[in-house]
Amino acid sequence: MELVSKRTFQGFRRADGRVGARNHVIILPIDDISNAAAEGVAALIPGVMALPHPYGRLQFGPDLDLHFLTLIGTGLNPNVAGVIVIGIEPKWTARVADAIAASGKPVASFHIEGTGDLKTIQKASRAAMTLLQDASTLQRETLPLIDLVVSAKCGESDTTSGLGSNPTIGKVAERLTEAGGTYLFGETSELTGGEDIVAARIDDAVQRAKFERLFREHTEVILAQQADLLGSQPTEGNIAGGLSTIEEKALGNIQKIGKARVVGVLEMGEAPTKRGLHFMDTSSAAAESVTLFAAGGAGVHLFTTGQGNIIGNPIVPVIKLTANPKTVESMEEHIDIDVSGTISLVETLDQAGERTIQQIQETASGKLTKAELLNHREFVLTRLHRTA
Amino acid sequence: MSVKFLVHHEKDNVGVAVVDIAAGVEADGRYRDQEGDLKIKLSDDVPLGHKIALVAIGNGNSIIEYGVVIGLATKDISVGQQVHVHNLKGQRWN
Repeated sequence: MELVSKRTFQGFRRADGRVGARNHVIILPIDDISNAAAEGVAALIPGVMALPHPYGRLQFGPDLDLHFLTLIGTGLNPNVAGVIVIGIEPKWTARVADAIAASGKPVASFHIEGTGDLKTIQKASRAAMTLLQDASTLQRETLPLIDLVVSAKCGESDTTSGLGSNPTIGKVAERLTEAGGTYLFGETSELTGGEDIVAARIDDAVQRAKFERLFREHTEVILAQQADLLGSQPTEGNIAGGLSTIEEKALGNIQKIGKARVVGVLEMGEAPTKRGLHFMDTSSAAAESVTLFAAGGAGVHLFTTGQGNIIGNPIVPVIKLTANPKTVESMEEHIDIDVSGTISLVETLDQAGERTIQQIQETASGKLTKAELLNHREFVLTRLHRTA
Repeated sequence: MSVKFLVHHEKDNVGVAVVDIAAGVEADGRYRDQEGDLKIKLSDDVPLGHKIALVAIGNGNSIIEYGVVIGLATKDISVGQQVHVHNLKGQRWN
């Protein structure tokens, strides 16, 4: 078996040195009321992709900081070749556009007040043509696989996740990080019952204290509601699949990091500054967390499911795995890698992990995932508190 | 031998069905982390992915999976019964 450290893929190296698996030109609306203009440009210029969302007005404090961080991180993602930023007014628009442009990435920005949608769409469409044409001249090149950031998240898990699909990508986590790669995991609330196991994997005391703080803060928000979470976390799908408690779900969840050590702890949407396995504080909701991993620079995402979560992301290819043979059968069009052999004992976890690494190489080199083929483009911004 | 359930850890008192198993079946199981086979006669229908008691577990005692406590029994559970939200409750967020 070829060493992971020597493996390559055909991808794009960006001006800031990061490597990507796709070559998207995106239109980022700063706020909800700029969605129409963003989608207008995408309708005129096929090949550029609008990322509409429902937020961005009158947010403040940490919630606004996260809004900006997520939009900027999305623009900076190495799967993105160029960005059109559209907002209602110039100041917040420039704040996002300037931060993306500072990386050397081509950016054009427009604001709608004083101009109107139609003229803005016209100007932005001309810029989109240029960005798209320039992106089309970029060639894939041979790049080290370990330079690609890989993120991981499970959804609509069941007990087959903890038995098969999660330990499969746990093998990937071990091999990638041992070779010098970067792997992100998160789902803060879904570590409940296994948080001590994760904390014990963090060697650096400062990073461990940061993890413990993030976990405590996230838990306090949940407990403050004094609600019964059965049906939400675990979800009704989890329960139908045999998961009974948050502790059981968490222990299955953390199989996704195998036996790897954690070198860094990230705030929501924060990009890692070194290689290795990183925990990122995220929601456990699929689209929110993958959007945050994308903002943190993930080039490819591994998504394990039991009962059949169907999520995708607009800029990051999501590779879906399941070990549940019923889901393989009933939802074949959503599943990229069938690892049900790991629970019927016809395939080892090491063998399934090797197949997954090969799939990462192929996907990162341009092969479309099922989520991309089915047009799953869930772009969901995490909110921290109420709007002013 | 076709394996019908798997057990994560030697300390576990529940196993996980990897196929649908009908009540009355003598099901063969295997450990994930060590050698050794198990055989349990099921007293409930247990669907793929659902848990089976490997031993009798008294009301209030720990349910152990992955070698770790995942919650407490809310009823007396006999060997071969299904273990799920009807007789198991987590200890967190309550």
